Amino acid sequence: MTHKRRETTGWSAAILVVAICSLVPVLWIIFLSLKTPATATDGSFIPHQWTLSNYSDIFSTGIFTDALRNSIGIGLISTVLAVGIASSAAYAIARLDFPGKQVILLVALGVAMFPQISLVGPLYNLWRQIGLYDTWPGLIIPYMTFALPLSIYVLSAFFREIPWELEEAAQVDGATPFQAFRKVIVPLATPGIVTTFIIVFIICWNDFVFAISLTSTSAAQTVPAAISSFPGVSQFSVPYGDIAAAAVVVTVPVMLLVLIFQRRIVSGLTAGAVKG
Amino acid sequence: MSTVTAPPTTRARGITRKQHLSDRARAERRLAFWLVAPAAVVMLAVTAYPIIDAVILSLQRADLRFPNATKFIGLANYGHVLSAPVWWQDVFHTVIITVISVSIQLVLGMALALVMHRIIFGRGIVRAIALVPYGIVAVVAAESWQLAWSLQSGWIPKLLGLSGDPLSHTFGTYVAIIVTEVWKNTPFMALLLLAGLALVPDELQEAAKVDGATTWERFTKITLPLMKPAILVAVLFRTLDAFRIFDTIYIFNQGAQGTESISMLNYNTLLDRLNLGLGSAVSVLLFLLVALIAIFFIKVLGAGGAAPGTEAT
Repeated sequence: MTHKRRETTGWSAAILVVAICSLVPVLWIIFLSLKTPATATDGSFIPHQWTLSNYSDIFSTGIFTDALRNSIGIGLISTVLAVGIASSAAYAIARLDFPGKQVILLVALGVAMFPQISLVGPLYNLWRQIGLYDTWPGLIIPYMTFALPLSIYVLSAFFREIPWELEEAAQVDGATPFQAFRKVIVPLATPGIVTTFIIVFIICWNDFVFAISLTSTSAAQTVPAAISSFPGVSQFSVPYGDIAAAAVVVTVPVMLLVLIFQRRIVSGLTAGAVKG
Repeated sequence: MSTVTAPPTTRARGITRKQHLSDRARAERRLAFWLVAPAAVVMLAVTAYPIIDAVILSLQRADLRFPNATKFIGLANYGHVLSAPVWWQDVFHTVIITVISVSIQLVLGMALALVMHRIIFGRGIVRAIALVPYGIVAVVAAESWQLAWSLQSGWIPKLLGLSGDPLSHTFGTYVAIIVTEVWKNTPFMALLLLAGLALVPDELQEAAKVDGATTWERFTKITLPLMKPAILVAVLFRTLDAFRIFDTIYIFNQGAQGTESISMLNYNTLLDRLNLGLGSAVSVLLFLLVALIAIFFIKVLGAGGAAPGTEAT
């Protein structure tokens, strides 16, 4: 075997190992969601009898569809708010000279390291007193807050890369300030903002700690919380197929986003975490 | 934003505090404060206020089942928590899970990062596949692994030829929980390390190669030392996250089988037993532990050099 060929074989083996390790649990939950209730507990990896009934089950009950609505609504609103607030802060951090810049970055770092469960008690207490318990704003407020640090880091890293001189150049060439901003700066800033939007949406979509603590009914319960408390047909039967189907449905949109924007997400995450 | 077109000169770092600030610089500062204020206010209000509230609650007998018996009792709640064996057991569980899972993540994450860095073909495919666990909702990952390990539904007991349920005893449950954590978080670890790897100059590797250094020598003598800041930051992030472990344990068994973590204890005390006073004491102690870990990494190990923000310009 030539050196080149050996190298190719080695890398192929590495790709195969990575693929098996990361994909097997995903395939498993997909396969489980396609098993009939009678065969759900047979312990085989690949279903013997295939069915889509688990999917029609979860979409025919209010529990899952309400949770899906809550997840999408709460996730999108939190993300828009977080990215909006973070954009203005990140612009100032990347472009303006002002005292206290380090302080704001340290506050953000502190919030990023904060154990979220420590807030659950006080928020639970406060939300019940002021009527935010089990409501959309009750989740949007903590989600937005905990998404801010990463948004600020990622966005300021992106904003620092933008050649702002172009804005002035456009104005010299006769563009109004607004035209210069809209035609020059907005297109340059859009990739960073889109990336941040996706990363933040994933954070909100993923949350479990707040969802399980600050909601109790379909009014605001998100999918992760709903999955963890799916009722079985009786107290003693676990609805494996339904859980698996719900798990697949919440995974698909995020997975598509991650795969479509993988290059940008990787650069965004690492820029935010390492370069600051 | 569109109106801000301060020329680059006013942003030059040459301006010292002593110099008289021009009107323009003052206007820039004012604008910066207004732009930063919303983020600062939100972050402080939603974290500082509740944590102060937690401190106050932790000094009271506050049990939602007996709302009229609330009164100030000083540090008694802390005394209760710190003298309870369950607290120390849960600290122990949390440390075990954190140390083992982060160590494995570091080793596997480094391997994955090296593969992604050095691979000569299919880099995009490897990166896409490796990102899959990152993109999965944490609760879904936990459900998938829990259903895979459970004797009733899973394929793993069958594969390993186990007759008993691995999730019915402590050791099996720990293995399953740690596997879940490692699977879910290794990609993120690898991404952070990959960014560090990119900073190691290729010329240095080549020079050492010419001088006859083996692959292992080059890795331990060149790559690792140069990557130290990136490694410390990655390990700090993952450690803080692992120390707060909640989702996976909740989905597996809500802390049964001797796997209760501090976060789980916190949740159970607050929301199952509705004891706000004791629960808040646990919250404050967890907060202090996390702060201690962060300070240890930044001050003692020097992770601060590359921590976000500190080198921001």
